[in-house]
Amino acid sequence: MGAVINKQAFDVQAIRRQFPILSREIDGKPLVYLDNAATTQKPQCVIDALVDYYTTCNANVHRGAHRLADEATQRYEQARDTIATFVNAASRREVIWTSGTTESINIVAIGAAQLLREGDEVLVTQMEHHANLVTWQQACKRSGAKLVVCPIDENGELNLTAFGQLLNERTRLVAFPHVSNALGTVNPVKDLCQQAKAVNAWVLVDGAQGIAHEPVDVQDLGCDFYAFSGHKLFGPTGIGVLWGRESVLAEWPVWQTGGEMIATVTYERAIWGELPGRFEAGTPNIADAIGMGKAVEWFSALDMPAVMAHERALIESATEQAEAFEGLRIVGTARNKVGVLSFVLDEGHPADVGFLLDRQGIAIRTGHHCAEPLMGRLGVPGTARASFALYNTLEEVGALFTALQKVRNLLG
Amino acid sequence: MTLPTPDQIVEDISFFDDWEERYKYIIDLGRDLPPMDESLHTPERLVKGCQSNVWIDVSEAGGKLHFQVDSDAHIVRGLLAVVMAAYQDRRPEEILDFDMETYFQQLDLERHLSPTRGNGLRAMVARVQAIASAVNS
Repeated sequence: MGAVINKQAFDVQAIRRQFPILSREIDGKPLVYLDNAATTQKPQCVIDALVDYYTTCNANVHRGAHRLADEATQRYEQARDTIATFVNAASRREVIWTSGTTESINIVAIGAAQLLREGDEVLVTQMEHHANLVTWQQACKRSGAKLVVCPIDENGELNLTAFGQLLNERTRLVAFPHVSNALGTVNPVKDLCQQAKAVNAWVLVDGAQGIAHEPVDVQDLGCDFYAFSGHKLFGPTGIGVLWGRESVLAEWPVWQTGGEMIATVTYERAIWGELPGRFEAGTPNIADAIGMGKAVEWFSALDMPAVMAHERALIESATEQAEAFEGLRIVGTARNKVGVLSFVLDEGHPADVGFLLDRQGIAIRTGHHCAEPLMGRLGVPGTARASFALYNTLEEVGALFTALQKVRNLLG
Repeated sequence: MTLPTPDQIVEDISFFDDWEERYKYIIDLGRDLPPMDESLHTPERLVKGCQSNVWIDVSEAGGKLHFQVDSDAHIVRGLLAVVMAAYQDRRPEEILDFDMETYFQQLDLERHLSPTRGNGLRAMVARVQAIASAVNS
């Protein structure tokens, strides 16, 4: 990977200057933030968008007969348009605001519980985050459907042979992650969607970890639902999106009921409203939706091939140094990986590693990464996980391994 | 080996200038803790943290409480040794009287007792206090 080419195409220092938090220090040492799979930091323009909304046009949307309400509604709906364009939705009606990926998946799972019947099957994978596992487990419990789990191989890749074999005419729904949060494995989404569609199953893609690293064109991917969060995409917490194919979403059972989601109401009954409102009961998270729109605008304006080349350089450098590091084992060695280096040290529990890195200003995550069954499958209690974003540098990757030497000396 | 007293630990730690020396010392305290038999790693004895686990076994003899403790993480095991210096083979009322928060503040380790730390240490201290309280009443 030519560092010179990267510098010309992508100025990481210029990007970093837009993120005020990245100049923070921890105990006198520069913050090295490598916990981006948990949440990303926010550029100044997103922070400004939040402040500006509350400073200049806070009002409830879709309701008021006044200027502020008009302006707030316009910004809020513009943000929806930004998201629709970003994922290439066929229509803005396909973009549902949610509180995040977890809520997005829950909306689909709660509806699915009404549609599934005994004898139906839901296919998930061994690499699920709990948000894309417990949801389906519970939907199956409520409906009598059977949860089927597709195995992964030792390297953390989905076993494609098994996937094909497990699909059958009883499979009603298939759910899998775009990118594994614990391992960084990139799944062949398009291929998996095609296979699932061949047996007429609905397909949900958990895009929480994919959205900031891989181009997403929902029409091209061929899924029915794509769920993602704002906060893992340089936007605020508490806001996310459920994209759903209009023909599927229009027929999907509503979840929360109340104001905003109805067409007409009498004391006896209610007629549900049109998309996207029918899945958005109550006053929405207006400010954060606008903030997420700004984040996506900011992200979309970047030179994506250059961003992806930079991120590839980060993960390649991290992998190389990890392989050369005595007593370190990488957990998850898929051929196609993005954003995540999960590992264990012979000396020391992941919690020790995380704590001793934190003392050196390096932020990573340790534990089971909300994927307990996956950790069980891989035979580890948990891992230490360094996860990268486009604003990380090769120097920071180097700093991680320098700090890890110290960790090993302390624990050894 | 016998555990140092809390006062000794406070004094020892005050000699170290940097965090590395302090944590090396704490990790070594953990290494000196008598090992806990694997068979005692049962769900009833487990205090589950989200990042690391703590096991605790307690028995009573002559009005004093005797503990066996363990953790899967080195630093937490060291911190358990720090806690045990105050609790091991003490009477329930002595355990309840001991001010763990202040002790950890003196050691500049109070962040390990903070509720945001998923290491099970705080829950373990609470469990010991609950046991002491139950025995005492």
